[in-house]
Amino acid sequence: MPLTAYLILAALVFAIGLFGVLTRRNAVGILLGIELMLNAVNINLVAFARFRADIGGLVFTMLTIAITVAEVAVGLAIVIAIFRVRRTIEADHLDLLRG
Amino acid sequence: MHVGSPALALLVLGLPAASFLLIGVIAPLRRSGRAAAALSVAAIGGALAAAVTMWQSARLPLDGPPPNPSATWSWIPGDGGPMATVGVMVDDLALPMCVLVTFISFLVQVYSYAYLHDEPRPSLGRYYAYQSLFAFSMLGLVLAPGFLQMFVFWELVGVCSYLLIGFWYDRPSAARAAVKAFWITKLGDLGFVAGIVMLWAATGTFDFWTLYGLADSGVLAAVPNLTTIMFLIYLGAVGKSAQFPLHVWLPDAMEGPTPVSALIHAATMVTAGVYMVARAFPLFALTPDVLRLICWIGAFTALLAATMACVETDIKRVLAYSTVSQLGYMMAASGAGDYHASFGHLLTHGVFKALLFLGAGVVIHVFHTNDMFRMGGLFARRPWTGVAFLVGTLALAGIPPFPGFFSKEAILAAVLNGGFRLPFLMLAVTSLLTAFYMFRAVFLVFFGRAHGHAEGHGVPLAMDGVCRLLAAVTVVYGVTLALGGHHGEAPGWLPWVSMLLAAAGIALAWATYQRDIIAPSRLAAALGPIDFMARRRYGLDIVYAGLYRIVLLGLSRTIGWIDRYVVDGVLNVFSAAALRAGDTLRRLQTGQPQDYVYGVAFGVLLLLVWAHLVSP
Repeated sequence: MPLTAYLILAALVFAIGLFGVLTRRNAVGILLGIELMLNAVNINLVAFARFRADIGGLVFTMLTIAITVAEVAVGLAIVIAIFRVRRTIEADHLDLLRG
Repeated sequence: MHVGSPALALLVLGLPAASFLLIGVIAPLRRSGRAAAALSVAAIGGALAAAVTMWQSARLPLDGPPPNPSATWSWIPGDGGPMATVGVMVDDLALPMCVLVTFISFLVQVYSYAYLHDEPRPSLGRYYAYQSLFAFSMLGLVLAPGFLQMFVFWELVGVCSYLLIGFWYDRPSAARAAVKAFWITKLGDLGFVAGIVMLWAATGTFDFWTLYGLADSGVLAAVPNLTTIMFLIYLGAVGKSAQFPLHVWLPDAMEGPTPVSALIHAATMVTAGVYMVARAFPLFALTPDVLRLICWIGAFTALLAATMACVETDIKRVLAYSTVSQLGYMMAASGAGDYHASFGHLLTHGVFKALLFLGAGVVIHVFHTNDMFRMGGLFARRPWTGVAFLVGTLALAGIPPFPGFFSKEAILAAVLNGGFRLPFLMLAVTSLLTAFYMFRAVFLVFFGRAHGHAEGHGVPLAMDGVCRLLAAVTVVYGVTLALGGHHGEAPGWLPWVSMLLAAAGIALAWATYQRDIIAPSRLAAALGPIDFMARRRYGLDIVYAGLYRIVLLGLSRTIGWIDRYVVDGVLNVFSAAALRAGDTLRRLQTGQPQDYVYGVAFGVLLLLVWAHLVSP
């Protein structure tokens, strides 16, 4: 399969993730969208590493996955903390920063 | 020309200055009052001795060109010699003036100690600090060798006048009078300083001696706007010497303690203007137009003030108006070209007017009022006070052999010889009025029915003694003048006319206020409009008040309006616009994270499109 196929797949995954982030009202759903976007990036990195025969892309992907895990842990912890205080995780209702 | 020793002159200056600094800096000395008084009196006594020595030891070089009487040191250095100098100029004008200033200051300081005996001690210390400062400033003015130094001391005596008029600053009238005196004289000083600077721009020097030389060699006469310059300098004298129309501050200045009035507002400071004109006379001589103006204004001031003195009921204000009137005499003589006559009257007037004021102080001390119509019959109780006051009155009215007669006659002769007929007439009428209002005061206070309920408490020895001493000096001074003879330029009829006018004034006062032959009300009715106007001071105070309200307050209000609505308005528009813009921009922050993500995504899209367009 040519490189373009991998890139199109990554673009599709990224678009789905972005769509989820923009349309989901639930904070957990938004976090899931973000995960999709990050993994689209990972697909890109792995694809380029494979086709360019550059080990750097694989190493970078491992790093990204590790950071993603940490990010999810922190993100979910924040969502739980918000739920404890506000009794909701609907993004529309969390507008304390409105000007 | 006599030339005095500069070292003695510096001593004369330094003693009161040292006394002022000591009293001013050392707080316990000032608060003690008595010690401050002793120090101040001792300093001025030393200055008096030094001044007399300086006067007696003055050299009179006979042959050769006249020596430079000034000793100067560089003050403001400049290219090619100092721009301004300080120093002392001890000549025929400064020598007698120094003696007069120190003599009257000394007597007044002694007198004040008794007069202000009931004051709190710290106030007394403050009073003597001011007195020392005044003596120093006045002597500095007299000894000044140049216009710039003279101006500095000129302002210093103005400050002292302000401080001493407002000595009882908790009285609203005194505080108001002090401010009025300060500001009205400042009006004249504006002209003075402008004239000095213009003269410096034209000649490059402030020094009198250099200026005399320039005047002699004709360099000064070539200065194009010399008339304007000298007129501006004369304005300073108008303010300080209370000439019409700036005379209004002097009667109000009587709010100060009586010894202060005697020293500052009769004998010394107010004559500074006359002294300055005499000092700068070689310069004024080049501008006949200004001299003519000085003569006319002087004569008019003399007459105007005399009419106001005739209707005044406050004894100190009568004396104040008579001071204005006599200053007018002096200025008229200067304007007529005879500054010797003017200076002679300055000296005699300084002595007998101080006597009159200090006598009035005794009278006020006895009656506890300034209103002459609530006094009376004092002569029987205090004959010596009466005699002293009478000596001063006769001197002022111009009766021989008292000194006022000779100096006043010299002035009348000068004005007549100068060809000023109308001013001469005005001065002649003034001398009748002078005799009238002074004897009106004498009859009301010392003779006639005793209206007042004077308490029998005595007058302190210091006050009485000073009055008697001054009376004796006045008599001796007059006799000296009579024996010394006077330059016989006057027509032979002048002394007789002068005496006749004085006698007529005395007779009129006697008939009106002593014998009741003429009722004062009928006299007033006969002179209806003048009486009406004089009682209202010719509306001048109202004019000044009106000018103040219209010009100064009007200007202030306009500027206030501009500040409030134009300057502030522009700033308010800016701040309102900023607030409005901020309010609008605030709405961008919705607080919805997804809106921000929309923004980020849209921005990335835009960047991609842009990158595509720039580098396809």
